Amino acid sequence: MNLSDLPLPQLINQVKKPGLNIQTGPFLVHLQSGIARVVDGLSHLYADFPVTEDDDLADFHVSVNPPNNHRRWIRRQVVCLFDGESPFEPLPQEQAYPLFETCLNWYIYAEVYNYLIIHAAAVERNGCAAVLPAPPSSGKSTLTAALVNRGWRLLTDELTLVSLKTRQIVPLARPISLKNNAIGVIQTFAPDSIMAGECHSTVKGTVAYMRPPRESVARMGEPALPRWLILPRYDPNVFLAVDSLGKAQTFMRLAEGLVNYTALGRTGFEVLTSLIDGADCYQFTYGDLQAAIEWFDRLTPLKPATDHAPRL
Amino acid sequence: MPLGCDLLLQALRRPESTVEIKPIEWDSLIRQARRAGLLARIQRLLEEHDLIDRIPPRAGAHLESARIVADNEQRIMRWEVNRIARALDGLDTPIVLLKGAAYLMLALPVARGRLSSDVDILVPKEMLGEVEKALLSHDWEHVKLEDYDQFFYRNWSHELPPLRHRERGTMVDVHHTILPPTGRLHPDPEKLIAASMILDQSRFRVLAPADMLLHSAAHAFQDGDLQRAIRDLVDLDDLVRCFGADARFWDELVTRAEQLDLARPLFYALRHAHGVLDTPIPDFALDAAKRWQPPWLLTVIMDRLVSHAVAAVSARPKRPVHSFALWILYMRSHWLRMPPYLLLLHLLRKFFVRWRARSIGP
Repeated sequence: MNLSDLPLPQLINQVKKPGLNIQTGPFLVHLQSGIARVVDGLSHLYADFPVTEDDDLADFHVSVNPPNNHRRWIRRQVVCLFDGESPFEPLPQEQAYPLFETCLNWYIYAEVYNYLIIHAAAVERNGCAAVLPAPPSSGKSTLTAALVNRGWRLLTDELTLVSLKTRQIVPLARPISLKNNAIGVIQTFAPDSIMAGECHSTVKGTVAYMRPPRESVARMGEPALPRWLILPRYDPNVFLAVDSLGKAQTFMRLAEGLVNYTALGRTGFEVLTSLIDGADCYQFTYGDLQAAIEWFDRLTPLKPATDHAPRL
Repeated sequence: MPLGCDLLLQALRRPESTVEIKPIEWDSLIRQARRAGLLARIQRLLEEHDLIDRIPPRAGAHLESARIVADNEQRIMRWEVNRIARALDGLDTPIVLLKGAAYLMLALPVARGRLSSDVDILVPKEMLGEVEKALLSHDWEHVKLEDYDQFFYRNWSHELPPLRHRERGTMVDVHHTILPPTGRLHPDPEKLIAASMILDQSRFRVLAPADMLLHSAAHAFQDGDLQRAIRDLVDLDDLVRCFGADARFWDELVTRAEQLDLARPLFYALRHAHGVLDTPIPDFALDAAKRWQPPWLLTVIMDRLVSHAVAAVSARPKRPVHSFALWILYMRSHWLRMPPYLLLLHLLRKFFVRWRARSIGP
């Protein structure tokens, strides 16, 4: 059953109590919330995601509700709890939906160590994955949103999970977060794309989420082997500039975006070097989105896929 | 759905029971274990009993994540022990590793799935100054403390103020005895050090097995407030299972408990490990421990308090009776640490500092 199969009143009641189980990639997220904005965001952005109402083992227990004090009614706030506790301060109620998405990212970072996690987007075509590691405001999400509207499958927008055993990227296929100008750019580039969860007052400015393509969500159970590591950077003064990156150089650049690398010890090193060894690495600076997409369209792997056995 | 700790205790007592539980119960078990800091511990238990392949794969994924985190903590601790040895090289003094660091370096079963990378060491009191100096000159630094806290540690406590490494952020606690000198019990550190054993190929020593168990009992029931009741009991359970197979151990334990003035904490430790986790303790040892029992009413009260402390570890939502029991245990730990007049002064000062901070505001 998908979320869109639930009539809206039933969805609202289910999410309010006892909560709804949403499948995203390998994870079952149990979300409980009495906040209308959250349910509204879900109904637009997670419509194609499998859901269950049954009692099951959930990987994450997330709740978004008003706090238990006067801020429940006055200058209303929401607080996001993970299994009843939260390291985060409450935020204004308008930010309830982005709070859910951000907190879920954070909880995955905090609890998941059986994958190597890279702060990166990833897309796939013809069985080959392109991983786009980049710090915030690098244009990564804009590029990702454009690519998935031009035939690429969305694997992930924010957290790239690399299987420690198979070295494949395991998709989450969650909504893509866009900020400020990028929202308008993508609405122009892909007028059929569905945006929701828009919020103007966050610390990053205006934030909105793009619904992932139906096919990407339907194929969330299909991992893909990474063949390209493309480090994007948006620069309005540059039309398009792509440079090959050496393996060692790529390793050092990736280091900034590694979430749980240190805890994985030797395994982390082996998985990361194997990933870089098996991929063509580029620094990708773009100012023109159409030119960027066309470059990706011409991408073919430089060498055939190997079994990515580590050198060490 | 309210969470107790029933599934966690069941899994600790009988790991094989986990293959029979439903996915929704796994949901509770993982959350109970995570709250108690024992998820890695459950993973180790199931691995040793060859049960990992018989549980739901997604449950296994959470256990695997916990195992990776615990392995990392151990890796960090091993390096810390190495660095501390380097910093203290050349000092002519016995240095005894305590608790987790000792368990790890001895590769004891109790080290499995533990989640701490702080190192505790015991040195003779007269060597404290030199040890502190050596650590400070190797990039450890004092955790920023008020003058009163420094005074408290150096004069009333059994350890120096904690030292944190400038780059690695890891902590080392330097003890000169295992219970506060202001407290009611006085285990003689010279006896502990005299009975300690050299750790193979190392400049460190470790406590004798009976002393190790007694230290764990004292840490939980004399110096501690049982906020982490289940973890404390799991340590005790493991130490008993590790050393208790040898009958001579129990004779030694009973003798040492009286020599070291640690009989009462051992009574509580044996009673509650046996009661909560079914720890196998020979009848004669339980009988011997009875002579250290407090008055009947105190025993009954402690039974209730420990029971609530155990439930409080995983309970969600936390019931008022749990919070009350933990508060009583917190007060008890202070009561045991200092004579009444010192306790009064200490609490008054704490109250005054908090009140002043609130009036000044942020």
